[in-house]
Amino acid sequence: MGSKPVALPTGSYLDQQGKYKGILGWLTSTDHKRIAILYLSCIAIFFLVGATLGGIMKLELLKAGQQYFGPQTYNGFFTVHGIIMIFMVVIPGLSAVFGNFFLPIMIGAKDVAFPRLNLFSWYIYLAGSAIAIYSQFGGHGAPDTGWTFYAPYSINTNTNVIPAVLAAFVLGFSSILTGLNFIVTIHRMRAKGMTWFKMPLFPWSIYATAWIQVLATPIIGITLLMVIAERTLRIGFFDPSLGGDPILYQHLFWIYSHPAVYIMILPAMGVITEIIPTFCQRNVFGYKAIAFSSMAIAGVGYLVWGHHMFTSGMSNFARIAFSFLTFVVAIPSAIKVFNWITTMYKGSILVRTPFLYTLSFIFLFMIGGLTGLTLGSLAINVHVHDTYYVVAHFHYIVFGGMGFAFFAAIHYWFPKMFGRMYKERLGNIAWGIVFGGFNLLYFPMFVLGLQGMPRRYFDYLPEYSTGQFISSIGAFVLITGLILMVYNLVRSARKGELAPMNPWNGQTLEWTIASPPPLENFDREIVITESPYNYK
Amino acid sequence: MDHNTLEEHEHRDDVGSKLGMWIFIFTELLLFGGLFLVYAVLRAKYFQDFHVAAHQLNVFIGSINTLALLVSSMTIAMSITAIQKNQKKVALILLSITFFLAFIFLVNKYFEWGLKIHHHLYPGSDLVLTLTHGEILFFGLYFFMTGLHALHIIIGMSLIGVVIFKVKNDKIRSDNFQLLENAGLYWHLVDLIWIFLFPLLYLIT
Ligand code: HEM
Ligand SMILES: [Cu+2]
Repeated sequence: MGSKPVALPTGSYLDQQGKYKGILGWLTSTDHKRIAILYLSCIAIFFLVGATLGGIMKLELLKAGQQYFGPQTYNGFFTVHGIIMIFMVVIPGLSAVFGNFFLPIMIGAKDVAFPRLNLFSWYIYLAGSAIAIYSQFGGHGAPDTGWTFYAPYSINTNTNVIPAVLAAFVLGFSSILTGLNFIVTIHRMRAKGMTWFKMPLFPWSIYATAWIQVLATPIIGITLLMVIAERTLRIGFFDPSLGGDPILYQHLFWIYSHPAVYIMILPAMGVITEIIPTFCQRNVFGYKAIAFSSMAIAGVGYLVWGHHMFTSGMSNFARIAFSFLTFVVAIPSAIKVFNWITTMYKGSILVRTPFLYTLSFIFLFMIGGLTGLTLGSLAINVHVHDTYYVVAHFHYIVFGGMGFAFFAAIHYWFPKMFGRMYKERLGNIAWGIVFGGFNLLYFPMFVLGLQGMPRRYFDYLPEYSTGQFISSIGAFVLITGLILMVYNLVRSARKGELAPMNPWNGQTLEWTIASPPPLENFDREIVITESPYNYK
Repeated sequence: MDHNTLEEHEHRDDVGSKLGMWIFIFTELLLFGGLFLVYAVLRAKYFQDFHVAAHQLNVFIGSINTLALLVSSMTIAMSITAIQKNQKKVALILLSITFFLAFIFLVNKYFEWGLKIHHHLYPGSDLVLTLTHGEILFFGLYFFMTGLHALHIIIGMSLIGVVIFKVKNDKIRSDNFQLLENAGLYWHLVDLIWIFLFPLLYLIT
């Protein structure tokens, strides 16, 4: 670089001059791209905090016996780790950052339908996050219920459960408003000529996700309010000593939280579906199948919550039905995988950093998905329920899936968002460390789980030492890779080489405008006549 | 720079904002839906207790409140028509009646709750804890459901207050009344939920 000019073209959203300048200009901007960057900064920080908590847990688990802190502290750590990662990082993650930034551009709109509501959602998100972080410090000690807040323990423990639950409620409210905004945006603001089946597939996945956000989140909302009421007023909805039913809590909780897994993974699949055609220079194979399978996952995803409760006391009929439906969800997911692979077939594949993350997404997601099927089988579930097998499975799906898709997306769209290129070699090295560390960290957990190591334990029997040790080493490798990746991106956002308009020869609308995009995205009216993926 | 005035640029889409409101109302219905589910499960479990406890509620006050909400739903609907016909005065009167009836609802609720609390019938009270499990849960549900509903009344009143203000300042006119229509939709929702709560809590005895 060095010899190249180091200034971005003026007039981009990055140097927008609204009523206020500087930081206030960001905090009051209703531009969807700026709001996306606000989310990105918060989520990146929270992710690093969450990962640090995970690392601290792995430090304690490095050797058998107590090392640095006791069980109660460990309980606080895994609870807050779970709350941060689930409610503050992966649920909003892709849709709030890349949905906000690219959904309007990819459908040829100037902004989302309700720009001020969009900014308001971010403030709600921030408030919820503040309460969650407070829960770790204030009151009588960090919450120790796990992120699932199972009753009746969450009603009886005297740790700081109310702020944690309230935080999840507030964050859910933000999620609902974001989803609502996106649905209306997609219905009302597509460019002229962009019929539903000429819409790119990332917006399709955001659309399916938005419906889940809107239809599932209120259920967890009311459930969390009931927990707060139970704790403050001793009502007893879920408390057996007052006649309530704790199983009812589990139903209500998972009616939201299973679909929430799809809030995390559907946009991830959407990202992957954008990246593969670009780096293979091939049209998406089975466009409609991918679009419909998103909707199918969103739909069937509502009906499988019971697979979290196979061991909690349900009728045999219900268990068999939930097990069957769980297998059914695998079908649309597999359709996507087959379509991705077929798209790659005979493509001229360009293995750049985003594509590496994409390939590892497919690999990790398949391991997560297949182990998910084993968990959906009744007999196996009884054996591995609440063991490390589950911990490994959901980290493979959520971190290996959503997390790696996030990394793929940030590398793919980075030139567009910041108008600069990152160091590719460094990006590839970081990818290698992250991918290796990830597998070293979580694969042993499958084995530990099959051997019977229960989850949420701060200590273990000597039999599990080898597995835990390897896994802990993996955690530190992984965190090193993450730091390297973040360093590369943060540094490049300020000092990287200037990016061209379309560095990867992509075909969707975002590649037809300047990098970084101007304030209102398009200076002309967009008219769409062809399908979004159009490689010769 | 010249093209940096996005903030001032007015983007208006009445159909879009109505769609947004409908989706929001849907989420509110689902919020209460969770409570109705809990009610259904617990009622099935403690049929007899719920029956007994429901006798403690005052059907008369409940009926007055039902009436107040029904009429207020009507007046806010009429105010939309009035605005469409450019009758600002009429619209203001109708909106004020709506607001006033909502206020009456809250006053009634205050006395109703006050009386219950006076008789030590509130969640966690010593008296309630001596009752049967089903009765405890009934009173818990009663306070929780009507409390959440009352909160929605207050939110609705604030919304109507804003609308009144904007009608006064001609911000809401016959060619731009989407906010009023959305407030009306919201108020119908508040009314609708009460129409479910009233029989569930007061009438099935
Ligand atoms: C550097 C990254 C990470 C490390 C080292 C890590 C490590 C861990 C560890 C050691 C546990 C506790 C296992 C137990 O005792 O049961 C755990 C639990 C958990 N992790 Fe992670 N994790 C990481 C990233 C993530 C991500 C990205 C997510 C996103 C969903 C996540 C979600 C969870 C959840 C939900 C739990 C369960 C908490 C509970 O049991 O209540 N983690 N993690
Ligand atoms: Cu599930």
